Amino acid sequence: MENKKIKELKVSAIENGTVIDHIPSNAVFQVIRILKLEAFENMVLFATNLESKKYGKKGIVKVSNKFFAPEELNKIALVAPHASIIEIRDFQVQTKTVVETPDRIKGIVRCFNPNCITNIEHIPAIFAVVDKEDTRLKCHYCEKITTRETMEFR
Amino acid sequence: MKNKSLVSINDYSKEEQLRILDIAQEFEKKPVQTILQDYVIASLFFEPSTRTRLSFESAVNRLGGKVVGFSEASNTSVKKGESLRDTILTVANYSDLIVMRNPVEGSARFASEISPVPVINAGDGANQHPTQTLLDLYSIRKTQGTLDNLHIAMVGDLKYGRTIHSLVIALCNYNTTFHLVSPVELKLPSSVKMHIKERKLTYHQYTEMDEVLPHADILYMTRIQRERFSDPLEYERIKNVYNLHKDMIADTKENFRVLHPLPRVNEIAINVDKSPKAYYFEQALNGVFVRQALMASILGIK
Ligand SMILES: [Zn+2]
Repeated sequence: MENKKIKELKVSAIENGTVIDHIPSNAVFQVIRILKLEAFENMVLFATNLESKKYGKKGIVKVSNKFFAPEELNKIALVAPHASIIEIRDFQVQTKTVVETPDRIKGIVRCFNPNCITNIEHIPAIFAVVDKEDTRLKCHYCEKITTRETMEFR
Repeated sequence: MKNKSLVSINDYSKEEQLRILDIAQEFEKKPVQTILQDYVIASLFFEPSTRTRLSFESAVNRLGGKVVGFSEASNTSVKKGESLRDTILTVANYSDLIVMRNPVEGSARFASEISPVPVINAGDGANQHPTQTLLDLYSIRKTQGTLDNLHIAMVGDLKYGRTIHSLVIALCNYNTTFHLVSPVELKLPSSVKMHIKERKLTYHQYTEMDEVLPHADILYMTRIQRERFSDPLEYERIKNVYNLHKDMIADTKENFRVLHPLPRVNEIAINVDKSPKAYYFEQALNGVFVRQALMASILGIK
């Protein structure tokens, strides 16, 4: 109980909306970008470098009055493979799920290879996720590996 | 394998690859036939590659087929900004099979997916060049009588050479022992080595080739390109380290053969050419039979 109160103080509670927890601290801004929250008009709260038993340091993002489609949220698995998604209604936890890295990714990530056909003609890049933990994406066309470090979102 | 495009060597299973080699053997015995006389093959070379193009076109011509296409993109609608999609869809109207060389990586996969006729990748940038791999396999099998359990030494630029990468991956099907000789900065990338490790095959890495020669069944030489080095002196030094001379092959095994995808610069001295162990020119000729086999197979004639 005591513990819970302290947690709430760190990042304020929201009445309705989505909490994205267990984001690696260095991926918080990427999550914000992937979900296009920069242009979002309602309240968005975020924090980085919070203490976490599981991960050492973690980040969290809270978006009020917004519920996402699973395929939208699964995009963030690319930078936050263990993120949990909590939907809140009337300050109550409604559902709690974990993001799932898809096996195949189409359209959202750019192939890092500038000489790839997807970057030369307007073709959505398609990747097979060859390593979900380290996020290694093999381009269906040029067969090169895009990593978390070289990843860019369209 | 009718209508089955070949973009990456792994598009064909081991059995399918061997089937192509078997058909190629038939064509080697009888390279001039008329089985393609009712067929038009499109040969689309968006960048010049005289060697590969002539090999394909010779393969078609000797089987009585017709070739349409271009040998470089500069005089075509491509130069005027036509998309690859439009070029492929147009050309598919005029041909039964498309052979394409394109410097853009992934272009062949894309073409094969939108084209109503099958596509053979004749090289897409640094990515894939599967007919080279097939002719290498054919040459190895022909000179050794088998593909299994061989000691294969690969020398030169193992980092950027796509020919090497595809060949390593293909040879992983045959319990090969790999001897990898390269300067430290041009070592085989881990993404390719991964295939060797997955199959639990043995590989050794060296920076000089002398030690390898007595053990090797095949010595696969490749070119080291100047542009891979930021320091021109380093290039000059390395270029002369990986240089094969006639006296170096004196004590090699009886079945030892030297292969090279050509063109060479100075990595094989001219005095090696006359040795019965030099096989690189025959290797190039084998490319014609392998391409005949591949086209006949994809068109459903063989
Ligand atoms: Zn790509």
